[in-house]
Amino acid sequence: MRRLVSDTLVIAERNLIRLPRSPDLLLAFTVQPIMFVLLFVYVFGGAISTPGYSYVDYLIPGIIVQNIAFGGFVTALGLNEDLHKGLIDRFRSLPMARPAVLAGRTLADVVTNTLSVIVLVITGLIIGFSFSTSAGEIVAGFGILLLFGYAFSWVFALLGLLVNSPESANSLGFIAVFPLTFISSAFVPVASMPTALQWFAKINPFTIVVDAMRALWLGAPAGDAIWGAVAWSIGIIAVFAPLAVARYRRAAGGR
Amino acid sequence: MTTNVQDRAMRSESPTTSDATIRVRGVVKHYGEVRALDGVDLEAAAGTVLGVLGPNGAGKTTAVRVMTTLLKPDAGEITVAGLDAVREAARLRERIGLAGQYAAVDENLTGAENLTMVGRLYGMPRAAAKTRALELLERFDLADAGSRPARGYSGGMRRRLDLAAALVARPPVLFLDEPTTGLDPRSRLALWETIEGLVADGTTVLLTTQYLDEADRLADRIAVIDRGKVIADGTSDELKDRVGGERLEIHLSHGADAGAVCETLAPMAAEPPLSEDGLVKLTVRQRTGAIVEAVRRLDDAGVGVDDIGLKRPTLDDVFLTLTGHAAEEGDDDAAKEGDR
Repeated sequence: MRRLVSDTLVIAERNLIRLPRSPDLLLAFTVQPIMFVLLFVYVFGGAISTPGYSYVDYLIPGIIVQNIAFGGFVTALGLNEDLHKGLIDRFRSLPMARPAVLAGRTLADVVTNTLSVIVLVITGLIIGFSFSTSAGEIVAGFGILLLFGYAFSWVFALLGLLVNSPESANSLGFIAVFPLTFISSAFVPVASMPTALQWFAKINPFTIVVDAMRALWLGAPAGDAIWGAVAWSIGIIAVFAPLAVARYRRAAGGR
Repeated sequence: MTTNVQDRAMRSESPTTSDATIRVRGVVKHYGEVRALDGVDLEAAAGTVLGVLGPNGAGKTTAVRVMTTLLKPDAGEITVAGLDAVREAARLRERIGLAGQYAAVDENLTGAENLTMVGRLYGMPRAAAKTRALELLERFDLADAGSRPARGYSGGMRRRLDLAAALVARPPVLFLDEPTTGLDPRSRLALWETIEGLVADGTTVLLTTQYLDEADRLADRIAVIDRGKVIADGTSDELKDRVGGERLEIHLSHGADAGAVCETLAPMAAEPPLSEDGLVKLTVRQRTGAIVEAVRRLDDAGVGVDDIGLKRPTLDDVFLTLTGHAAEEGDDDAAKEGDR
C-alpha cells in the first residue's frame, strides 16, 4: 500500500512536470474553456431563456461540468501515447504497484482540472457570474466538480488503453461525451427540449451533476441532485477503475 | 574472466544475487489462432550473452515479453535469476532490466528526470535515485544532455538513455530486444561496446537481433528462432559450420570469360563454382589466403576483375540452410498479433 501511494505520486509528478513543456496542453486547459464561455454567453446567451437566472449564472456551472468531463482526455491521449512508445512496457517490467500508472495519471488530472476550474470561475466572475450561497456550499461545489472530473478520468483511462491510436481516442471520446454534455441541463433548460430528449436529459448524470452545482453555487432547489452527483461519481469510479486496471495488466506494448 | 573483473562484478551487483541464469523450457504462447511461441527452450549461463536470432515475427519479442513478466505463457517453465517468471513475477521484476526496440523514454522529461523516475519506481529514495541518474548519464555519455528534454535527443542518444534506464537498479539479468535496430553504424558500434562492458562486469544478457553480425560479435551462444521454435542453437562457429563455409564472390570486368574463371578457380572450391551475369560465386575450401590465391590464379590466367571479396554467411544464408525459406518470408502475423 505504501508503494502504491509513493509510485502513484511519482507518476503524477511525471505527468505534471511535462505540462509547462507542452504549451498546446496548457492552452487546452486555459484559453479553450475561456473561449467557450465567451462564445456561449455572448452568442447564444441572448437567445436562450433561463427563467430565474441570468444566462451567465445559468451557464457557468454547466460549462464547468462539461469542461471537467473533458479534462480526462489528457489521460486517454497520454496513456495511448505511452502504450505506443513502449513506456507502458517499461512500467510493467518495473517492480512498481500495478495500478500506480493509472492512479498517477488520474491524480495529475485532478491538478489540471483544478487549474481549469479556477480559470473558468475567474472568467465567469469577470463577465458577471456571482455566487449566491455560503462559503461551505461553494467549497462543496468545487469538491463535487473535482470528484466527477476524477471519475471521468477513469473512463478516459480505459478508453486510452483500448483504442489503437490517439486519433481514435480523440474521436471516440468526443462522440461519446459531447452528446452526453449537450443533452443535459448544462446549456439550456431541459424543459425546452423535445419529449424524448427530456426523458434522456433527466436521467443523464450530467444533468444531475449540473443541477447539484446550481444548488450549491446558486441556491437552486437541490432535490436529490447533490447525493445523486456523488453516487454517480463513485459508481463510475467503482466500475471503470477496476476495468482500466485490468486492461492495463494485460496491455501490450507498441509496435 | 580475471579475478579483478570478478571482484568488480561482485561489488556492482546486489549481494543477494548469486544466480543470474536464464532457463526457459517448453514455453508456449498463443495469440488467438497464432502460436507465437511453440515450445521454446532457451538457456543462458550467468555472465554470458545469449543471442536470439530471427526475422521479424519469429517470436523473439514475445519470448522477451514472457521472460520479463509482461506476458503469461500458456505452458512451460521460465526461471530467471532463480525466480519463476509467473509465480514470483513481482520479485523477478526487481532483478531484471528491459530495454526494448522503442527506446521507451518520456520525451517530455529530461534525461535526468527519466532516470530518476525509473529509480524511484524501483523503490529508491529520491536522493539516491538522483545520484544514480547522474552516474548513469555520465557513463552513457549523456551528462551534457541530461538536463534537456529527451524530445531533442538523436536516435542513438535515446537508445543509450533507454539502456541506462534498464540499468538503474543494477539488474543481474538484462533483456535487450533488438537494441540496435534503426541505429546508424557509429551508434551501433558504441552500443555494442557498452553491452560488452556490462557483460565484462558480470551481467547476464539476453539479446534479440535480426543481424547475424551483431549476434556474432556479442553472443556467447546463439539460438536461431523461426515461427515460434528454436531451430538451431550453439556458438557462432557451430552455426556457421552448419550453414557452410564462406563464399568467394568475384565481379568480372566487362567481357571477361566466366567459364575460364570457373575453371581457373575450381581447385579452390568445395563445390563447383556458380556464375551468373558476370558474377562468380564459390564456396572456398579454406578461408585463409583464399583471396590472395584467387587473385594470383586470375592474374596468371589474365582475367580482368572489378571486385573480389569473401562473403560471410548472412542471416538469409542461415535461414535458407536451416529452414529452406528466406528470413523475410517469416510470419509477420505473429508480430502483429503481439499487439493484442
